[in-house]
Amino acid sequence: MQGAAGSEAGAPPMSEGARRVGEVILAVEGVSLSFGGVKALTNVSFDVREHEVRAIIGPNGAGKSSMLNVINGVYHPQQGKIRYLGREFRDMDSHEVAQSGIARTFQSLALFKGMTVLDNIMAGRNLKMRTNMLLQALRIGPALREELEHREAVERIIDFLEIQAYRKVPVGRLPYGLQKRVDLARALAMEPRMLLLDEPMAGMNMEEKQDMCRFILDVNDQFGTTIVLIEHDMGVVMDISDRVVVLDYGKKIGDGTPGEIRANQAVIDAYLGVSH
Amino acid sequence: MSKHWPVVALGVALLVGLALPLATGAAPPGFYIEVLLGGLMSGVLYSLVALGFALIFKASGVFNFAQGAMVLFAALSVARIAEHVPLWLAIVLATVIMTALAWVIERFVLRPLVNQEGVALLMATLGVTYFLDGFGQTVWGSDIYKIDLGIAKEPVLILDKVFQGGILVNKEDFVAAAVAAGLVAGLTLFFQKTATGRALRAVADDHQAAQSIGIPLNRIWVIIWSVAGFVALVAGVIWGSQLGVQFSLSQVALKALPVVILGGFTSIAGAIVGGLIIGVGEKMAEVFLGPVLVKAFDLAGGGIENWFAYVLALLFLLVRPEGLFGEKHIDRV
Repeated sequence: MQGAAGSEAGAPPMSEGARRVGEVILAVEGVSLSFGGVKALTNVSFDVREHEVRAIIGPNGAGKSSMLNVINGVYHPQQGKIRYLGREFRDMDSHEVAQSGIARTFQSLALFKGMTVLDNIMAGRNLKMRTNMLLQALRIGPALREELEHREAVERIIDFLEIQAYRKVPVGRLPYGLQKRVDLARALAMEPRMLLLDEPMAGMNMEEKQDMCRFILDVNDQFGTTIVLIEHDMGVVMDISDRVVVLDYGKKIGDGTPGEIRANQAVIDAYLGVSH
Repeated sequence: MSKHWPVVALGVALLVGLALPLATGAAPPGFYIEVLLGGLMSGVLYSLVALGFALIFKASGVFNFAQGAMVLFAALSVARIAEHVPLWLAIVLATVIMTALAWVIERFVLRPLVNQEGVALLMATLGVTYFLDGFGQTVWGSDIYKIDLGIAKEPVLILDKVFQGGILVNKEDFVAAAVAAGLVAGLTLFFQKTATGRALRAVADDHQAAQSIGIPLNRIWVIIWSVAGFVALVAGVIWGSQLGVQFSLSQVALKALPVVILGGFTSIAGAIVGGLIIGVGEKMAEVFLGPVLVKAFDLAGGGIENWFAYVLALLFLLVRPEGLFGEKHIDRV
């Protein structure tokens, strides 16, 4: 990856189509999280390498979303640490996590429903805005130039995700599958180095799922973005992931390539259910 | 359409009530217009206070009971500082004070209570109300103070050729209306056209998602409370110059409550329209409905202005709980 490591924080290193898995950029070490007496995660460790597609799977209530929320800074684990790009973060706020180049999407949509598709995605550029409010309001000088630059970047994302026709539509009026796409677009607008996807295919029909798979792979391929995705449906994930972590009842029960996971007896038991 | 009939009925009733005094000839046109203008002017002032409520509710979901206390505090600051420096400088300094206040409230009241029940936050703002009322008196004193905007207070007679007796208007009222209009235009521009405005709208829609794209909630809250503080300052200066800066300014907030109910808690346009409707409605009711009621039921009369706004708000709650411009929340179950 010549030059990629030296690029500014947040800017995704562009690889020319050739996606190569790099160094470990995120390491989760012995994380435990509980809410009152309920243990959501128990001593979970795994790592994510640059440019890879890493899946976290498991049955309902396995702790997948909790894991993602820990990485995203929404929950703070009682034990364990998370190392991202060599830095350890323990009590980082969501917006600080965002500043360090991690974007996310949400399982139950969390879009800005009253705002248009364009405004939603533009909001994703928030961290990259520099000029002051007065200039923005008057739309003069550097502010105008900046707004146009961001608008261009947003247009590229809109093209990329094929939502050109809905720019000015308030997101709340769009069908579910398209809202999911806007959610992804907003996250991409941050030009994240790592993208966390919380059940990106939940509630979709087969065709929408295939589209979403294609988009995820394209993002990974064209922008080199590292992807961590949670999925409940094992089938889809196996096709697009480089490595898979399997959680069950908050514990890690498997970690490896899709092939290894398929052959893992503990995983098969967790999914098919065995009499304990 | 049929679902909207109660709203339509209420609207029609209000319009008929508005037109009746003129149609029946109970009021000469000149006098009628005077009352109408008077209502619009007090409506503008209600709007300004309601605007402060709406801004904070929109961005943080907090019902800021302290908005009225902020109006009083800002007005007191301006009045007392202006005793030593020119008015414009006093306004600038008071703006700085209100911004500092916003920061203190965010840091010591909101931040520790984040993710608590709405009731806890409401109680906290109630506490802020009493603190500000008292603290303002401690710092600035408890007499009645004057703010002099330098505009002639004598009413001017206009259109005396058109209407018999002409119309008495107050020049200061027009300045107040113009300032309010400018403020609303400025806020709209700020919310719709700036990146910060977009961030504010984003926070209003979804806290968690806003944080995930790197919008710092704390800073947004300081900004929105500062803006609400500035709106309070404008309201305080205008009310203060008309009525004198005194404790009763703080009670203005109670009149703004029906305004936000009527207009919708999250809407800037709603605060403005709601304020105007209430302002006109209560003046009209006081002047024209009052005497009719007195005659019909042999009452002592008067006092309609005090309760009319609340009855109207109550009616609105019955037919349209989300207010005129409020967002109707439909949750997926």
